Amino acid sequence: MRKHLLLTAGIAASLLLARNIWVMLTQLPDEAFQGAIFRIIFFHVPAAFTCFLCFLASLIAGLAYLKTRKLGYDAFSVSVIEVGLAFGAVNLITGMIWARIIWGIWWTWDWRLTSMLICWLLYAGYLVLRRAIEEPTERAKMSAVMSILNFSVVPFVFFSIKWFRTQHPQPVLFGDGKMDSGYRAMLYGNWAPLLIVAAILISIRYAQEKQQREIDALRREAHMI
Amino acid sequence: MLFLRQTFTVTAKDLRSELRTKEAVNASLSFALVILILFSFAFDPTSETTREIAGGLLWLVFAFAGVLVLNRSFARELPNDCLEALISSPVPGAALFLGKALANYVLLLAIEVVCLPVFGVFYNVTWYSQPGQLALVLVLATWGVTVVGTVFSALTVNLRLREVMLPMLVYPVLIPCLMAAMQLTTTLIAGDPIAGDQLAWLRLIIGFDIIFTSLAVLLIDTVLIG
Amino acid sequence: MTALAIEGVWKFYGDFPALRDISFNVEPGSCVALLGRNGAGKTTLLKILAGLSRPARGQVKLFGQDAAERSSRASIGVLGHGIGIYDELSAIENLRLFAGLYGLPEPERRAMEWLERTGLERVRDGLVREFSRGMRQRLAVARAFLHNPRLLLLDEPFTALDDRAIAVLQTVLRDALAEGRTVLMSTHQLREALELATHVALINRGKLAFSGSRTREMLDDPGWIYRNYGEA
Repeated sequence: MRKHLLLTAGIAASLLLARNIWVMLTQLPDEAFQGAIFRIIFFHVPAAFTCFLCFLASLIAGLAYLKTRKLGYDAFSVSVIEVGLAFGAVNLITGMIWARIIWGIWWTWDWRLTSMLICWLLYAGYLVLRRAIEEPTERAKMSAVMSILNFSVVPFVFFSIKWFRTQHPQPVLFGDGKMDSGYRAMLYGNWAPLLIVAAILISIRYAQEKQQREIDALRREAHMI
Repeated sequence: MLFLRQTFTVTAKDLRSELRTKEAVNASLSFALVILILFSFAFDPTSETTREIAGGLLWLVFAFAGVLVLNRSFARELPNDCLEALISSPVPGAALFLGKALANYVLLLAIEVVCLPVFGVFYNVTWYSQPGQLALVLVLATWGVTVVGTVFSALTVNLRLREVMLPMLVYPVLIPCLMAAMQLTTTLIAGDPIAGDQLAWLRLIIGFDIIFTSLAVLLIDTVLIG
Repeated sequence: MTALAIEGVWKFYGDFPALRDISFNVEPGSCVALLGRNGAGKTTLLKILAGLSRPARGQVKLFGQDAAERSSRASIGVLGHGIGIYDELSAIENLRLFAGLYGLPEPERRAMEWLERTGLERVRDGLVREFSRGMRQRLAVARAFLHNPRLLLLDEPFTALDDRAIAVLQTVLRDALAEGRTVLMSTHQLREALELATHVALINRGKLAFSGSRTREMLDDPGWIYRNYGEA
């Protein structure tokens, strides 16, 4: 049943993506200043949305774990963070490719890039912390605390870096909010398949975590005998 | 009332242990000195260039040296299972946390106060033209570093590779606080007072302090009790 | 009022239940020997009672007060695997520290009294780092008894102690029981424990296999309880 659901979702996401890519390549005209490469934004921005949605979900899962102490929330939390990091990486890499072509450099310490990188590192730290704790209940508890601390620092990171960079103006191309409605529709339209892909990945990771817990419990049982 | 007495008892205990062994302070101070010297090779150490990056330089030194102190904070409780003795006593987790944080705070501030004149001499910079405001920035930003560092010290105390884990986890969380402190310190060492836009940085540090102190106090029982 | 009421306590490590529905009461003035093999869950249970760990389900009450409340800790004294003493402080400083943390009146007098009772008054200002193993253990006993706890939780108290420390511990335990205090100790050293014990609880693979009064045959034959209530 679950397998069928995942498969159906996967097919739906692929069809949507294929359709979106076709529209992007054939229907939407090149952007006036950036040319063909601007299309990367249809993956770049939804990936960032997905990433932060995942981080927000991990905060909620962390709070829920501390409240209920049900390990399912911990499994959900680690699943969304891993998937969030993957989408964060997509965002960073597509951003770098775009920057290479438009600005001629792979990286610039623009506030958005910098904040994204720092958030990515924060959550990478979460995974490192998990790796270091062996006992599942202890690990779940510490991870939940870390997901709360991490999410609390995210707004500070964004505001501080924004102020920092606006004080020292950088060549920030591509201002906010001036986007053609066709482009905007595609931006959100392409978020849908990415969200479905994220949900599929999260679901797979969640099942793995559950199995891992069962294996761990069996191992402990065996140790005691 | 009892809460405060318990807090200060923990602080006094930590400070006494540290002053007796001087493990963390010695390591931290020598490390700070080494970094201060290493920086002189990273750029042309004239007083003009130094003044432009003084805040960044100083706070990197404080952050690197500070982690050595923070690492010891809960690690100090590991031999003989002292942490268990403390947790099974009626001391609230918050008092234990604040007590240890205060001890770390005193040690970090002491290290900073030693580093500043050394920095002034080595780099030929007059750092004391805004003493009051500089003290304010040190006091506020160091509390932010301390409180986050102490929470992570508790979080990582039982881990393998604790010494590596703490800096890796704590620096990204500290970035906003350190960045604000760097901005303000650079301004102050250049001789200008904090005014106008700069006040936003001060507010950011205060907000950071308040939020993370509250979170730490709320979460510490969860962290300490298995 | 029961000194200690354990009601349906469960503890999990991941999905593995380390403690399964443990329930028993300890009456004031009794001395309970908590028995069980290594890894049966004795230490896990003691950690929950000492407030170092929280049960996944169930409740622990100390003298009618929920053990999750911090103030209930004032009535227990804990002696775990570690001695809980700071090496870089002196004997008196260690005791003064804990007296302060427990908010005891006259910390100095209390600390001196216990240094005398454990035979450490002559080394009161010596750093614990320089103490012999036995001296450190006696100081740990002083630390656990310092605030005159009504309930003592001891994890393997006789293991690895030297003769003098065992003698000190037995004396203070007897005194405590005579004063009507309650003792719960996990142990391997059946003979020492059973001599003091009035009651016995046996944990087997996280389950309570037996709990009741210590009988004559347990004392005559320490293996008796394991043969009758332990697994084959």
